[in-house]
Amino acid sequence: MLNTLIKPVAPNMYRYDEFDAQFVTERVNQFAGQVARRLSGELTEDQFKPLRLMNGLYLQLHAYMLRIAVPYGTLSSKQMRKLAHIARTYDKNFGHFTTRTNLQFNWIKLVDVPKILRELADVEMHCIQTSGNCVRNVTADQFAGATDEEIEDPRPLAEIIRQWSSLHPEFVFLARKFKIAVGATEKDRAALQWHDMAVQIVKNAQGRVGYKVMAGGGMGRTPYVAHVMSEFVEREDILAYLEAVLRVYNQDSRRDNIHKQRIKILINTIGPEEMRRRVAREFEELKRMGTLQLPQDELDRITAYFAPPKFETGLPDTIPDAGPDFANWAATNVHKHKAPGYAIATITLKTPGQVPGDATSEQMDVIADLMDQFSVGEVRVTHEQNLVLPHVRKQDLPAIYAKLKELDFAAPNAGLITDIIACPGLDYCDLANARSIPIAQSIAKKFENLDRQHEIGELKIKISGCINACGHHHAGHIGILGVDKKGVEFYQLILGGSGAEDASIGEIMGPGFGEHEIADAVERVVNVYLKTRKPGERFLDTYRRLGMAPFKDAAYEKVAA
Amino acid sequence: MLTANRLRDGDVLYRKGSGWVLMLSDGEVYREQAAADAALAAATAELARNEFVAPYLFEVREVGGKIIPVKEREIIRAAGPTVHPHTGKQAGQFHA
Amino acid sequence: MTKLIKSGAYAQDTFVPVADDAALPEGAVLVSLARFQKDREALLARNTPIGVKLQSSENPETLGADINHFSLIALEFPKFRDGRAFSWARMLRTRLGFTGEIRAVGDFLYDQVNYQHRVGFDAWEVPDNFTIEMFNHALTEMTNVYQPSSDGKKTIRELRAGK
Repeated sequence: MLNTLIKPVAPNMYRYDEFDAQFVTERVNQFAGQVARRLSGELTEDQFKPLRLMNGLYLQLHAYMLRIAVPYGTLSSKQMRKLAHIARTYDKNFGHFTTRTNLQFNWIKLVDVPKILRELADVEMHCIQTSGNCVRNVTADQFAGATDEEIEDPRPLAEIIRQWSSLHPEFVFLARKFKIAVGATEKDRAALQWHDMAVQIVKNAQGRVGYKVMAGGGMGRTPYVAHVMSEFVEREDILAYLEAVLRVYNQDSRRDNIHKQRIKILINTIGPEEMRRRVAREFEELKRMGTLQLPQDELDRITAYFAPPKFETGLPDTIPDAGPDFANWAATNVHKHKAPGYAIATITLKTPGQVPGDATSEQMDVIADLMDQFSVGEVRVTHEQNLVLPHVRKQDLPAIYAKLKELDFAAPNAGLITDIIACPGLDYCDLANARSIPIAQSIAKKFENLDRQHEIGELKIKISGCINACGHHHAGHIGILGVDKKGVEFYQLILGGSGAEDASIGEIMGPGFGEHEIADAVERVVNVYLKTRKPGERFLDTYRRLGMAPFKDAAYEKVAA
Repeated sequence: MLTANRLRDGDVLYRKGSGWVLMLSDGEVYREQAAADAALAAATAELARNEFVAPYLFEVREVGGKIIPVKEREIIRAAGPTVHPHTGKQAGQFHA
Repeated sequence: MTKLIKSGAYAQDTFVPVADDAALPEGAVLVSLARFQKDREALLARNTPIGVKLQSSENPETLGADINHFSLIALEFPKFRDGRAFSWARMLRTRLGFTGEIRAVGDFLYDQVNYQHRVGFDAWEVPDNFTIEMFNHALTEMTNVYQPSSDGKKTIRELRAGK
């Protein structure tokens, strides 16, 4: 739905040149050929499956699901409108923003996919390597380029890594998926330590900027937090270093047990020191070979795409007074921007009762308008299934809020207990054991009262419908894992996880709770926190101080009675 | 019962005779293991037609004259997502 | 049955595969790593080309200094999803400096041929119905590449810089 009064704005972000455009087009043609060969039977399903996965296409519970890449979470308004169009034309009018900042459509037909991919290519989007045993979407801090906390914008490096990993001939048939994240701040908003590999932009003792590389984090059946592979890799060496890690992984990972094939298993089997030794050996050779060196002028060239927008000067630098509802929203959903007069605004897709992370095509179109009107045409997707308008003028915040209210995306709950992450779960996913979305909805409804939410403060609930942990339950302050106990859905509580710079793996409490018990159990756990916390302690802090015991006692108290 | 997905569009299918239907209520119930195994074997042999994929058997039971899957997963697969009741077969959208 | 593709055409396979427990015939032979390690002296004493077939779990570094005795190294794909041989081929061409034939054998897809070609494979044992046309088409589906590999193909970055 085009609003002719709003002029589309093209944000500063990576733009395809003729090579990128040709690459994506040829990839679409290649996949169209693979679809034809599948339909004719030239390819069996077993052969076709990894090929379609590497083009983002799953076969789920009800239909095919297509996962569209949103590199480092950055979207233009033009791209957002195209996603809305695809939702309307090829799906059932809505899409789902994921915990890897991608977008998923749930009702796709295989025969439509080549068409959809061509439409995406028109706006410089694709589905390349959003699934499959290969390097996946590279994610980054959603405040990149807007926060004053960063050493530099992590997205240029993320873009360089994206290109380097796209159809890398050596690494398209890895043992398992490989997820990479890039950060540039001490505060970790991208869950770096939970990734197969992560790069943190750092400064060394001499003040020179370089990269700390970590590897071996991961969720799933056996969660691990990443180990440091190198405290400092020089800028020009970074691709050689990352390639060294991937090469060791590809060569040395097990291939005999699908549950033991992530890099986290390799590193924790041989030990991080041995891993570092093997990586160092590959790295030294690659560096000597020289073909992967990243020259400063190339880094500068890519960085120029991400130049900050021309910020206005002389703007009022206070958040306007626009009533108590707006003030509540500003308190949680508005964050400090590096430019005076500007702010970063979070759009939580978590109004209590909503499906977390979902947006209808109408909502997407209105968000595109908001992007053009107020945020230089740009939005970011977060791994917590929310959206961020990165560059808004403080004086525009009330107008933005008013529009979000019309959209029903104005919940003032960023980071609060109702800002829940939930995977699609058994409602959609072929792998799931239990539904997760209704649990998120019931918990959010239970804690809807805003005063209560503020009393509780920061509390990250993350819900997964199965052990694959797409809901990141291992990293939840309160994590919930759906399990199947003799055909009935049960929900285990996991406490004390964190996806931030203080990364930790949550601890399983014990036997699961039924569908109608879990929200009450969560409430009892929260009440223990409220009763025992010391001043300044978040839930996570109180848990870390007291341990599982008092929370466990309270959680099972009612059940035992 | 036996279910699969149509290859070209992902539609959920249920076996009836030597063909497929869209609604679980129209599908064939195999009351004996041998019949169920035979149906799966027949479908597996037909995979080479490249019309459907991933056939598998699942349990149902009779409740008040109605055939209902035993597992939650199959109930949801037959009806549609519980969180979007206006979509899927439950809303008359028999095709994906 | 299978055919051999080399240099973009069907080629005669001059190597005779020899089972681990079979006697060595005259002429060029292709043996397993285990067989080579067992009969190393005998094999090296012959004046005819030797090929070794490595399983996906066998690191080519195991060949050590003997690598220069081989005219052919066949890398097995036990299942097309097992992508270790991509790294083995790359290692053979870089660290180990192997300049002989690297042959892809086993279960691999048309869709993997281009990647194999890039990392250093130069021969393919393919099913009978795999045509030269298909082979050539596989190499042209993606005109340009982002990353350097053993094929020496110019990367997009180099093309952008007008190199």
